[in-house]
Amino acid sequence: MSERGGQNAGVVAEQLRTWNANAVSEVLEFHGETTIVVPRELLRVTAEHCRVHLQFNFLSDATSVDRFPVEPRFELNYHLVSIPNKTKIRLRTRVSGADPVVDSLVPVWPGAGWLEREIFDLMGIRFNGHPDLRRILLPDDWEGYPLRKDYPTEGFRDIPATFLPGFKKQ
Amino acid sequence: MTTVETALGASKTMVLNMGPQHPSTHGVLRVALELDGETVVKAVPDLGYLHTGIEKSCESKTYSQAITLTDRMDYLNPLGNNLVYCLAVEKLLGLEVPKRAQYIRVMMVELQRISSHLVWLGTHAIDMGAMSVFLYCFREREEILKIFERFAGQRMMTSYIRIGGVALEPPAGWREMVRRFLTMMPNRVDDYETLLTENRIWLSRLQNVGKIKLEDAIAYSMSGPTLRAAGLAHDNRKVFPYSSYEEFDFNIPTRTDSDCYGRYMVRVAEIRESLKIVEQAMAKITDQGPIRTEAPGIVPPEREKMKTEMEALIYHFKIFTEGFSPPPGDAYVAIESPRGELGCYIASDGSPKPLRCHFRAPSFVNLQALPRIIEGQLLADVVACIGTIDIVLGDVDR
Repeated sequence: MSERGGQNAGVVAEQLRTWNANAVSEVLEFHGETTIVVPRELLRVTAEHCRVHLQFNFLSDATSVDRFPVEPRFELNYHLVSIPNKTKIRLRTRVSGADPVVDSLVPVWPGAGWLEREIFDLMGIRFNGHPDLRRILLPDDWEGYPLRKDYPTEGFRDIPATFLPGFKKQ
Repeated sequence: MTTVETALGASKTMVLNMGPQHPSTHGVLRVALELDGETVVKAVPDLGYLHTGIEKSCESKTYSQAITLTDRMDYLNPLGNNLVYCLAVEKLLGLEVPKRAQYIRVMMVELQRISSHLVWLGTHAIDMGAMSVFLYCFREREEILKIFERFAGQRMMTSYIRIGGVALEPPAGWREMVRRFLTMMPNRVDDYETLLTENRIWLSRLQNVGKIKLEDAIAYSMSGPTLRAAGLAHDNRKVFPYSSYEEFDFNIPTRTDSDCYGRYMVRVAEIRESLKIVEQAMAKITDQGPIRTEAPGIVPPEREKMKTEMEALIYHFKIFTEGFSPPPGDAYVAIESPRGELGCYIASDGSPKPLRCHFRAPSFVNLQALPRIIEGQLLADVVACIGTIDIVLGDVDR
């Protein structure tokens, strides 16, 4: 199952460290997957470095996790693939709930566009420098961000009268 | 409603609303097209009409309950959705799946790939005005659905692939059934090719339409037949093999023309390759052997054991009431769906329900490049371009 650990995913963290010691704040290994935790301020330059110098030319996926009530509550995960080297890594950055803003990676991989819009739409993380940051799946006038943990699965809709205490069937 | 800023000013261009109830969008996709005469100047896709919040729903279900939701995302590839989800959960748990179950999985997802490509081919041919191909394709697809029904009891929403293996033992007489399909199918693919590949209308509608450069396709994270038609042999089954794909002998068809016709040729060639894989998988599936891994507390025990062993009954009860808890951590698995890279990211916090379950939908990501492909093309070619990207709106919106 070591699809990610395979060739040189572990080496990538070292290469990043040699390039900029601050860029790697943590390296996690779990089931053969390498996760490189990057400080929020350095996300875009690190991603740029990965694409240009480490040949991670394909952005496979971008997604987010809400760890509410832990702070910083949001985690952003970018799954990168190097097609020439057949390597996968995950870049992760942590974002606080008070200031959920990161630099967009659209200038690095245009494919991040809709993936980041989806994160913005459902999780409410904003992306600096995104060319078209609008809601994508939900209507424009939707209130709230449904994938946040403090958003109920049923939504904030009114409770039907049949569920209210004291309701009697006619 | 999404507001569209016009590029050339209101006097020169016109905004045409295509969809959401347009037959050639294969679902409910709306594209706001800004036209200069018949040329598309700007295109703004508008999605979300089928958004069902599956990712949010997964968070309030146990790991095994969520399998049935995955069926409903990409409804032309339910087995593939099952597979990617189960692979991700198995990775979290560190479960090894028995070889026999892995081969059954491979056989099923390859049959699914054929059926998905058949639906694509049929509906795309209808978009281009060729009615008969649609009928032929659905006739053959029906045979595949019958096979699924025998295996899983369901034609479409199979939920056949489960955590740790597959749901049921292959049914009696399955070999003959699959064999009959395998002997029939190559001739049928020849028939489709006779109708289409050299057809002058087909060629003039598809050739040199909807081109995208390979660099752009990679930059826009496109995957699947669209990427392979642009000239890159990138296929997760070969590059990052899962479910024992490394033991199978098959080719990755590629083209370099990167137009709608190239995508058609790649998909037809993929049907033939999938037939080869099904053939090999059939030979590898032994008549006897486990279809599920032994993992008490995670994989439901056999029916017989539940009647004789108390532990088995307790495990069964616990699995279906509180579920099981993978260790905290996260896993991302990507497989090659008929449409491209289908990924599943699951984060666990050590509770019986996923903390986060995200699906990287190939249709969603591929559709992103649509404006890039159709801007500058004629209005009539928009239909061809949407068709050959092969989107499934259930997959786009989830």
